[in-house]
Amino acid sequence: MNNRFPTNSVGLVKPRIIHFEEPLELACGRILPHFDLVVETYGELNRAASNAVLICHALSGHHHAAGFHTPEDKKPGWWDEYIGPGKPIDTNRFYVVALNNIGGCHGSTGPRAINPATGKAWGRDFPPLRARDWVHSQSRLAAKLGISQWAAVVGGSLGGMNAMRWALEYPDRVRHCVAIASAMKLSAQNIAFNEIARRAIKSDPDFHNGDYLSHGTLPRNGLALARMIGHVTYLSDELMGTRFGRELRSGTFERGLDAPIEFQVESYLRHQGDSFSEIFDANTYLLMTKLLDYFDLAREYGDDPVAAFSHAQCKFLVVSFTTDWRFSPQRSREIVDALIAANKDVVYANIESDMGHDAFLLPNARYEGVFRAYMDNVAREAEQLVRNA
Amino acid sequence: MLQPELDIVQKWITPGSRVLDLGCGDGMLLQSLGSSHQIEGYGLEIDPERITACIAKGVNVIETDINKGLAHFPDKSFETVLMTNSLQALMRPDRTIEEMLRIGRECVVTFPNFGNIRARTYLGVKGQMPVTKQLSYQWYDTPNIHFCTVKDFETLCLEKNISIIHRATVSSHAIDRQLMGIWPNLFAETAIYHLSK
Repeated sequence: MNNRFPTNSVGLVKPRIIHFEEPLELACGRILPHFDLVVETYGELNRAASNAVLICHALSGHHHAAGFHTPEDKKPGWWDEYIGPGKPIDTNRFYVVALNNIGGCHGSTGPRAINPATGKAWGRDFPPLRARDWVHSQSRLAAKLGISQWAAVVGGSLGGMNAMRWALEYPDRVRHCVAIASAMKLSAQNIAFNEIARRAIKSDPDFHNGDYLSHGTLPRNGLALARMIGHVTYLSDELMGTRFGRELRSGTFERGLDAPIEFQVESYLRHQGDSFSEIFDANTYLLMTKLLDYFDLAREYGDDPVAAFSHAQCKFLVVSFTTDWRFSPQRSREIVDALIAANKDVVYANIESDMGHDAFLLPNARYEGVFRAYMDNVAREAEQLVRNA
Repeated sequence: MLQPELDIVQKWITPGSRVLDLGCGDGMLLQSLGSSHQIEGYGLEIDPERITACIAKGVNVIETDINKGLAHFPDKSFETVLMTNSLQALMRPDRTIEEMLRIGRECVVTFPNFGNIRARTYLGVKGQMPVTKQLSYQWYDTPNIHFCTVKDFETLCLEKNISIIHRATVSSHAIDRQLMGIWPNLFAETAIYHLSK
């Protein structure tokens, strides 16, 4: 059955739910009495457990990073471009762990899960989260999978923040940190876009102040609008120009005809928003955008990124994309400058791309080359550790 | 970079120090200094293929357009700032050298000496811009836009109050090596300077 898939695909994959019985104390002071993580793994953990790679997802991401869930699936996991046999994150060499983080809505404990205190879905009462809560829950996962040190913790966008937080929270448990299209903190403009998205959700009459599940409704319009706003910021002006231009999907500007005019870009955005609103949870969206807004790598280190990174023990790969205006190359360069000042090993590439922020998910020969060259060294190190074991 | 040039540059690097290499190419020099001198090295490069070559070697390479300035590097944040064979490709070599001396306590600069007898003869006799094995570009496609001679470079140092700690010269021609001690501007193929301010 697997031969229906490309040879460089991990093929059919199956998510599994891992239950954690021990309570998790959160950064906000509240306690999650127990939690589930939905996880996918690709490849084999070697006998020294030195080849594990953690994939950290972005705002709307989840555990399905590569491969297909059914032979009929048209679309593979969200980072299939870069995870698979012979791909930069080579599943022939690495044991890849992808998960849906707590607070998510794809099977891990989040606002849609049952609150043991009430017997009802958490909904808006789900505790606010910070990236470090994700790191701590992921460290429990590592322990359960028999991984005492990650060969690499890898993530794009919010996932890159998650990866950098790992490097600071558990310095001796990460050998490499890969932060792609990321930042040490959001800019005011970024927070502004997130707030517009949140306002869109909250003003939907079906939102019911976050209690939509018990009202048997979903704030579809609000969530779709939030996604449309987000989506525009993930693309570049150039990309929208080449992909849609001013092409019409229906209607005409001809005199005398009054058929309603719809631009291609309008229809595309509406489709993006509508399909997202069917699969994503509004409370998760609010929670995750807040987590993103509050992230500030150096806050606990006297607002000094150099002091923050001086705690790290791993090596870093930092990648940005030229037309990414949501997490601009400048933000990556700040990470790099702090790492250099902290005397840490770092590689930085600013990839030419007209794909905007989304470039980190999409095919790009140079990005792939950089990523592959770096991960190749990571894999070789992991293999050396097996020989030394 | 040729072995004699490398030998000279290595002598001027303090073991275990922080080194920044401007235009680090495929990372060969940083890799070599890493194993011989245990330096904490970073290289700046703009060419995509060379950047990937650096990554493959495990060299810390930072994609940077040196012509856009080096303002993000703090004053005296490196012991040595190196630039081998890139001076002539910069938009404003004078400004970059000033920046190098701001960022590093010391600098090492190497460049092809355009005052070399063979370059002079090529232009003088053939009446054409020199095309040599070392500088194999045509005038229209060369990345080398600011050629200078040993004499030009030392004039710049004088104007900018830059101290020359050491000067060394290399040549691939045995006979030139005999003469370049006396007439560096005429016989040096590559000039190597150790600078401070």
